[in-house]
Amino acid sequence: MDLLNALIAFLNYVFVPGVAYGSQLALGALGVTLVYGILRFSNFAHGDTMAMGAMSAVLLTWLFQSWGISLGPLPTALLALPFAIGLTILLLLGTDRVVYRFYREKKAKPVILVIVSLGVTFIYNGVTRFIIGADDQNFLDGERFIISAREFKTATGLEEGLSFKTTQGITIITAIIVVAVLFWFLNRTRAGKSMRAYSDNEDLALLSGINPERVVMITWMIVAGLATIAGVLYGLDKSFKPFTYFQLLLPIFASAIVGGLGNPLGAIAGGFVIAFSEVTITYAWKKILVYMMPESLEPSGLVQLLSTDYKFAVSFVILLIVLLFKPTGLFKGQSV
Amino acid sequence: MKKMLLASTAAALVATSAFADAHAKEVKLGIEFGFTGPIESLTGPMAAGAELAMKEVTDSGMLLDGATVTSTRADSGCIDNGLAVSGGERLIAEGINGLIGADCSGVTGAVLQNVAIPNGMVMISPSATSPGLTTMEDNGLFFRTSPSDAREGEVMAEILQERGVKSIALTYTNNDYGKGLADAIESSFKALGGEVTIVAAHEDGKADYSAEVGALASAGGDLLVVAGYLDQGGAGIIKSALDAGAWDTFGLPGGMIGENLPKTIGPDLDGSYGQIAGSQGNGIEAFTKMAADAGFDGTSPYTPESYDAAALFLLAMQAANSTDPADYKEKILEVANAPGTEIFPGELGKALELIKNGEDIDYVGASAVELIGPGESAGTYRMIEVKDGVNETIGYK
Repeated sequence: MDLLNALIAFLNYVFVPGVAYGSQLALGALGVTLVYGILRFSNFAHGDTMAMGAMSAVLLTWLFQSWGISLGPLPTALLALPFAIGLTILLLLGTDRVVYRFYREKKAKPVILVIVSLGVTFIYNGVTRFIIGADDQNFLDGERFIISAREFKTATGLEEGLSFKTTQGITIITAIIVVAVLFWFLNRTRAGKSMRAYSDNEDLALLSGINPERVVMITWMIVAGLATIAGVLYGLDKSFKPFTYFQLLLPIFASAIVGGLGNPLGAIAGGFVIAFSEVTITYAWKKILVYMMPESLEPSGLVQLLSTDYKFAVSFVILLIVLLFKPTGLFKGQSV
Repeated sequence: MKKMLLASTAAALVATSAFADAHAKEVKLGIEFGFTGPIESLTGPMAAGAELAMKEVTDSGMLLDGATVTSTRADSGCIDNGLAVSGGERLIAEGINGLIGADCSGVTGAVLQNVAIPNGMVMISPSATSPGLTTMEDNGLFFRTSPSDAREGEVMAEILQERGVKSIALTYTNNDYGKGLADAIESSFKALGGEVTIVAAHEDGKADYSAEVGALASAGGDLLVVAGYLDQGGAGIIKSALDAGAWDTFGLPGGMIGENLPKTIGPDLDGSYGQIAGSQGNGIEAFTKMAADAGFDGTSPYTPESYDAAALFLLAMQAANSTDPADYKEKILEVANAPGTEIFPGELGKALELIKNGEDIDYVGASAVELIGPGESAGTYRMIEVKDGVNETIGYK
């Protein structure tokens, strides 16, 4: 019984939040890694692209709600998602046309593009705040829980409750679907193959008749999709607040670099590595240990490695360690 | 064009001096509250409360032979020291005679040190409650109509004990207010024999508090006390704790009491309880009615205290027969405390007349003002329990 309680506490406080957070990071890191692999620069504007995408979804959700459209137990935001992706695609293609293309044609160095993307970040950031404000916005509706802690406790008679939020379920399922579709696209379709060719060797790809502008366009479209989905899922699961997306940039980049920049598989692995390190290192293990150990060995302290204040420091440290010992990341990406 | 500008400036100058002549006595009070930031939902009624007292005095025509009282507002941001100090300096530049504010403890200390003391300005804060302000060197310029959190810690510990709570987990917002209050609650509760399993800070403005709640839940405890802000991380912690099923009831100190909290959390908050500075009796009843007539909610936290802060300024000015802070600062304790005729909200005109006739007054006001020690409220607390999504007053302590 005690072992079961320990397991449930672990699932409730570590595993489920970790998987949901990891999926959100992985989706964000995929976008960063695609831009790095194909357009060859670190896109700092990715966090605020997520914010812009999520903002469009929030506004559309409110519109649908005012029309009385809903998805029953599912959040209306899912219905707004495709339209929000469309808007974000327009935004990114517009930005590319106005900003990035100019530097691409001049064959600007990646470091210049990085600084340019930082400028784009601040513009997006300002526009988001201008349109929707800097405050928390709530756009979640429908059923809140798949399993709620209270119901779980009464149903099983265990001391520990397990809660599984609808948004966590949606996050995980959506992440799996998106990753599957992305890999199918990159490996099986002509457009995907030409993207990979362009990423491997730009000159060779040009010689074999691949249109670079088309590759760039498709890349931005996919990145817009990934960013919007990641942004909306994060906003649904936690809360939509423009500034948090800017803060999210650090763990996202850490995930992409830990996994190996430019390697999609690495981005996913990196996302989960970062998420679980953050959660497990700042979790106080007392509760679980008390269940598992005989009474004489029970810890009196909290068994917490780092206070939760240092959550973001964890991603920094992992990033440093990986860069020191394995500069190409866990999955052989490009070295930074 | 240039000529026209000159002409209009000249005209404006003439007009202003004429205006100034007509109102030879104008008393300006600055109001510096966090109109943006983590308690922004409270500051609207607070400022309205202070301005209600000013209007009452102006209408009575009794202050310093018919002086008009005007208010100038500035934003403290509640947690933004830079913004608060520049706002305070702006008010000084505009020639205020007294400063009502600031609201949150951290910015209040900053404004006191950087603006009020260098300029010799008197401050009366209706809501800064950090125990640190009690001992801060203030040259006799700082007063508050709210009690120190040291007192709130004692009251909360008593309430918890009366309800049979044996152990608590405690989280606080990571600033002067949160830390001071958490220390007070921890030491008072321990002194009464309770156990505090963990004291952990949380940062405001995060999207996700599941890690914080995980650590708190692991430490355990009968109840989670959230010494935070209702429009900020405090609400986030409660939401996250409810989602994870870690706690069902919460202890809510003053910063968490407000209409917005039951609204954002929903029915799950029912049964949680706490306390906030507040009083019972004729004073608050009269004030609530006056506020309702003026179109705002007089029971909103720290609103009665704001009315009292403004009233104390004006009564002290009358007693000193001067609007100079150096003259009237000595009179504030005198008008606030016994002996003298008790003064309730709505009786400011009468009070001014009594003072003018050389009689003593004892200002009771909306929040039963009784200033102790270095000029802070002795402190009665309103006990609150959330029932059916509403903060209900269940008693006083």
